[in-house]
Amino acid sequence: MLEETSILSMNQNADNTGQRPPMGPLLSISGLSKQYPRTQARAVNNVSFNLYSGEILALLGPSGCGKTTTLRMLAGFETPDTGSIRLKDRDITVLPPQKRHIGMVFQDYALFPHMTLAENVTFAMQHVPRNQRYDRALEWLNLVGLKELADRFPEELSGGQQQRVALVRTLAAEPELVLLDEPFSNLDAGLRERTRKEMRRLFKETGTSVVLVTHDQAEAMTMADRIGVMKEGDLLQLGPPQQVYREPANAFVAEFLGHTNLLEAQANGESAETPLGRVDINAPAEGRVTLSLRPEDLALERADNSDSATVVDREFRGHDYFYVLQRGEQRYCAIVPNHEPLEVGERVQLKAHQQASVLPDGQHPGH
Amino acid sequence: MVKRPPLHIMGPSLLVVAAMLVPLVYLVLRAFQADPATVLELVFRERNFWLLVNTLALTASVLVLTTLIALPLAWILTRTRIAHKRLLTVLGVVPLAVPGYVMAYALLGLGGHYGVTAQLFGWQLPRIDGYTGAVLGLSLYTFPYLFLNLRSALLGLDANLEESARGMGYSEFAIFRRIVLTQLTPSLMAGWLVIGLYTLGDFGVVALMRYEVFSYAIFNQYSGAFDRIYAAWLSLMLLAIALALVMSESLILRRRRLASVGRGVDRHPRPHELGRWRIPAYVFLGVVFTVSIGLPVMILAYWLLMAPPDPQFFLEVPVAFARSAGAAMPAAVLAAAMALPIAYYSTRYPSPLASMVERSAYIGYSIPPLTLALALVFFALQTATFLYQTLALLILGWTLATVALALGPIRSTLMQMRPSFEEAAHSLGHSPRSTFVHVVFPHLRKSLFASLALVFLFCMKELPITFLLAPTGYTTLAVTVFSRTSEGMMAEAAPFAAAIILFSGLSVALILNREGDRA
Repeated sequence: MLEETSILSMNQNADNTGQRPPMGPLLSISGLSKQYPRTQARAVNNVSFNLYSGEILALLGPSGCGKTTTLRMLAGFETPDTGSIRLKDRDITVLPPQKRHIGMVFQDYALFPHMTLAENVTFAMQHVPRNQRYDRALEWLNLVGLKELADRFPEELSGGQQQRVALVRTLAAEPELVLLDEPFSNLDAGLRERTRKEMRRLFKETGTSVVLVTHDQAEAMTMADRIGVMKEGDLLQLGPPQQVYREPANAFVAEFLGHTNLLEAQANGESAETPLGRVDINAPAEGRVTLSLRPEDLALERADNSDSATVVDREFRGHDYFYVLQRGEQRYCAIVPNHEPLEVGERVQLKAHQQASVLPDGQHPGH
Repeated sequence: MVKRPPLHIMGPSLLVVAAMLVPLVYLVLRAFQADPATVLELVFRERNFWLLVNTLALTASVLVLTTLIALPLAWILTRTRIAHKRLLTVLGVVPLAVPGYVMAYALLGLGGHYGVTAQLFGWQLPRIDGYTGAVLGLSLYTFPYLFLNLRSALLGLDANLEESARGMGYSEFAIFRRIVLTQLTPSLMAGWLVIGLYTLGDFGVVALMRYEVFSYAIFNQYSGAFDRIYAAWLSLMLLAIALALVMSESLILRRRRLASVGRGVDRHPRPHELGRWRIPAYVFLGVVFTVSIGLPVMILAYWLLMAPPDPQFFLEVPVAFARSAGAAMPAAVLAAAMALPIAYYSTRYPSPLASMVERSAYIGYSIPPLTLALALVFFALQTATFLYQTLALLILGWTLATVALALGPIRSTLMQMRPSFEEAAHSLGHSPRSTFVHVVFPHLRKSLFASLALVFLFCMKELPITFLLAPTGYTTLAVTVFSRTSEGMMAEAAPFAAAIILFSGLSVALILNREGDRA
């Protein structure tokens, strides 16, 4: 949650979904469903989306939401019950994994322990003449700064190094699409941020199309051009990070992408009447709606009156403060850039200084 | 949708199941060839009742005696500050290298008028045979199975349980009885099952000791009286007892599993000081090792060095060895080849059918070897006449008995292999065949070797199946030891017995090696 502001500024330039290439999608999934035997609900329920060449798409959701099953169906390790997967102009729905030209980087990297790094990479190069493979492998390893370690075995490497080898091994097979399964979960926090940036740069430079799966919203927002949020097998919303963050489709998406304040409101055109007073809304609406107001969009002013809220918790997070406030039965959260801090117990007036988003399917909020 | 295994895995797997079941079908067919009146007469013979009593008495006594040896041994070697633990642990496993009929040979050679004690010291030990001889012979070489099970269980016990009980003021004995012993139940049962099946299936010891149990009676009916229908019925009865043993074990263990809570932390309890128990402990160890290892070594040394047979008998050893190895080698390869698809099927395509296929591989291992051999004889006589009296039938018999043995190492390696390895190879464009060759096989190499070695060494000392299935005149090491001992030719049997012990010593080293990996 630390990176909310930095993420937004970083991705604004990188996003290129506005100018999509004129040709059709690289990957096209429609109506994909999968239910495991002896389970009550579908693991993946009628999921459809397109991926364009060179695009990075993140499937984001809590564990058990179906994102990994979706990824494994793309890779060919699971067969969908219904629906179809098309890669370019081929229907690959039931094609075995080895014939799909889709590469996958595994959560545990799956480097073969009995092969050196170079052998691991050459293993992916069946399409390259045998006598050129080693040199090509060195080039790939050089790309991630591991050329010197080419003849070492994976167990001699750190986690971060292993991950880079796994990545170039996948790229060396020259797949049309790369899948990443929780790619950063085995790295420690510091390494994670740096690796994310490097990887995104590498993918963009090589024009690689990527689908990645993660439960970490910060990871999804820094890495991806578009994010698909999943819950209980359903794809709830798909869009650029800013859009998913700014205009969440429902309360679940709003809360999964960071802290938010859900407000019951009576909309009337460009604004709505809320417990916090009249608030501008991002889209014209009428009648009862639920709004999502991000904590950074809530201003706090010292004031003690019948309308004030009480500070119940404060967290200093370096470049900002995170406050929890109580007003009547309702709790709110607010993020305020470094300022003269408020003490727990102080009374403040809450005021929205940005538009709140109307949740399109938020007529009956979760709480 | 459950992933269905490809034909080249499914096919061989089902073939193995058929190979396990077909002989049993023939056994039943043969048993019911007689008219109903004869069947009734055969089944309700009074003799069967005495065979049952003797079999159960022998099995129960062996289980009691092995427990009395193995439980204190395991406790002393895991929970006390006794010196040289590693060496003593190895000594506790070494008796496995002495096949039952060699142990019986040693016991028989000890007492009696021409016994070693009479020859060496001038006083005559009563001849050890019959019930006593059978119990001793079987217990002294099977107790290591229980010892190994108990040892690893004791090493894996959660020390916190015992220490919290100690904190509540329970005595050491109460703690052992109420906490340690209850936790040991699964490994006790596992050890008892192995030893029980050995005892039921044993033929060498009971035949040499002339103790009338089912397997001995089956052999007599088959080879002496030539009453094959009665032999078939006796085999079925023995099979029923073995089945009851297997089922009662899984029944009790299933109840136990509900009661066990997770795995304890890896913290070992503080070892006990032996204190005033030092001397009794050493006496106990001394007696156990002297009898189980010292006795056969001493008897063999006597017959080889002090009263050696004619040198020509030594020259026969390589011939008999070549015969044993000549059949054991193909059996080992065949067993490993059968185990591989089954292990792959059950670990990579788990389903109810897969686990049934896997369990069927244990049929050949758990049914008494004489029953298996007899079933194969009927199969060969009625249908596959081209197999009768051929080496191929012996190899088939050994293979069926050892597929489960070969399955162990292969299966556990496949289980431990991360599934992402194979998936990664597939997604890098490698076919299942290429994936197997480049990714799976390199991981399996070691365990395949272990499987081959386990089966090979098992066959080198195998007696009952060899006795029934080997072509006439194909006398292996084991058969030679057995037939000479039963004729009282102790000196002439000695070189062969020594060769077997040397060889099975290797198999013990192998088991110890695997145990060491686990610890």
